[in-house]
Amino acid sequence: MPTIKVIEQHATNIRRNIIRMIAAAGSGHPAGSLGLADIFAALYFEILKFNPQNPDDPDRDILVVSNGHVCPVLYATLAEAGLIPEEELMTLRQFNSRLQGHPHRAALPWLETTSGPLGEGLSQAAGAAWVIASAAKQSSATENDSGLLRLSTPRNDRYVYCITGDGELDEGNIWEGAMFAAKYRLGNLIVIVDRNNIQLDGDTEEIMPLEILHDKWAAFGWQVIEIDGNNVQSIIDGCSEARAETDRPSVILAHTTPGKGVSFMENDYKWHGTAPDEEQARKALEELR
Amino acid sequence: MKNASIRQAFGRGLARAAELDENVVALAADLTDSVGFGEFAKKFPDRFIQVGIAEQNLVTIASGMAHLSKIPFAASYAVFSPGRNYEQIRTTICINNQPVKIIGSHAGVNAGPDGATHQMLEDIALMRVLPNMIVIAPGDAIEAEQVAVVMARDARPNYVRYPRADSSVIFDNQHQFEIGPAYILKSGQDVTLLGTGTMTAQLLMAAEMLADKIDCEVIHVPTIKPLDEKTILESVKKTGRVITAEEHQIAGGFGSAITELLSEKLPTPVTRIGINDQFGQSGTADELLDFYGLTAERIAQQIEQLV
Repeated sequence: MPTIKVIEQHATNIRRNIIRMIAAAGSGHPAGSLGLADIFAALYFEILKFNPQNPDDPDRDILVVSNGHVCPVLYATLAEAGLIPEEELMTLRQFNSRLQGHPHRAALPWLETTSGPLGEGLSQAAGAAWVIASAAKQSSATENDSGLLRLSTPRNDRYVYCITGDGELDEGNIWEGAMFAAKYRLGNLIVIVDRNNIQLDGDTEEIMPLEILHDKWAAFGWQVIEIDGNNVQSIIDGCSEARAETDRPSVILAHTTPGKGVSFMENDYKWHGTAPDEEQARKALEELR
Repeated sequence: MKNASIRQAFGRGLARAAELDENVVALAADLTDSVGFGEFAKKFPDRFIQVGIAEQNLVTIASGMAHLSKIPFAASYAVFSPGRNYEQIRTTICINNQPVKIIGSHAGVNAGPDGATHQMLEDIALMRVLPNMIVIAPGDAIEAEQVAVVMARDARPNYVRYPRADSSVIFDNQHQFEIGPAYILKSGQDVTLLGTGTMTAQLLMAAEMLADKIDCEVIHVPTIKPLDEKTILESVKKTGRVITAEEHQIAGGFGSAITELLSEKLPTPVTRIGINDQFGQSGTADELLDFYGLTAERIAQQIEQLV
């Protein structure tokens, strides 16, 4: 296991690349991307099971990134993990690039779905979690019926993670999926909400209040965990707690600072969808060390 | 011609497809029996998923299942799916190119007493413009049963629309549906009648009514996208006249697809029979089909005036 310090350094490297690539592209979403860097670093360097040789490994954990506009953090993390070349990051949003402005499944291996239109990831993750849970159920049923132990254990150690924004929770599709996951008791489904309190037009509590968000999820039948989403240990512990709950889905409300690490971007919704110019990028990179 | 339920037939075909392939699963949104999925739900309770009244969820859950190798058949009334969840279908099924099967039941005015809100007349237009999507409208119960089995074998996104009302059986068991081909049901020299869905049965009857005066060629086009260009163009080359029929708006639908084809490859006058820029209303299926000019008698009158 890498030390927390090593994962934090990965997060800083990821942030530096987020600034470089969005500045080079001239458009993109820096605030959410920067805020999620610690979560992506923790996922790819500690939490997720994946096979670096095979993006489609049948035993891998699934990560559905529902808030596709934060894809710079996803691409930068894939590069940091050595899964795509780092120099490719500078092609973000360009013609012929695999790094489309919003993630396009057919363009790049390692993506589990296409996203950008909000509110659709949770249900796709729940559909995948249903398939995994139902396969595990069938395989244990076979063992019981035949009285013999099959060599392959039920894949109940395979998890589906889904990252959503918080503004995205305005979408009805999210709550339809939330009811579905609770109905089918998808204990292998873990949703991480990037609770950074901003969306495109302003603060979430002003645009469409989400609070009391904890109680909403609890009322929908989910285990609710609150973490500091910019603290690697807190992220790892939150995911462990989520995996320990096998009888219902878990949601992790990850409190993050949008624009984290760049003083003039932090907590300012105007950086939701604005690219830094050359001077701003230089300042940001000075701060990110 | 005797009548039979296309919905029930498709459901039988789905159960058969499920016997042939363990990856077939079915999803319903609180309309299980209504869309013909009752038999499947009973036979395969572990592979039947009830999502409640939530059509956006219906197709996004299906997309996630298809991502892990399932072949999901996701059904509702066409007005709700693809009517309500168009963008979910576009992004998570068509851009992802997942083999999700969208089932739109109660398509057309034949949905009857439920009225305008429940009579979907725009679904062909919505689905046929989506890249990767296959669009199918079976002509009768025999064909619908086969359509379900064939769809389960197809690796692409598929949309199938079918009616609420029972409809005339036009095929026997010799018929073999495949995705793509159009079927020449009656050869003729004077005019090409192109029908999709249950309108083909009406065209066959209309052709028979006119048999003494006009020699109609009747072609059934169950696959609206992609079109069987070769069969259609060969027929039109011969007759030089085309009439299309569909239980759908004439804007953007099957007739429009035919005019797009012909205007580029073989410019020919085309008359489109269908719903002309209006919504439906309550009534029996027969009353409504007659009112909107979609019965064999009404179609025969129009053919006679034109040819």
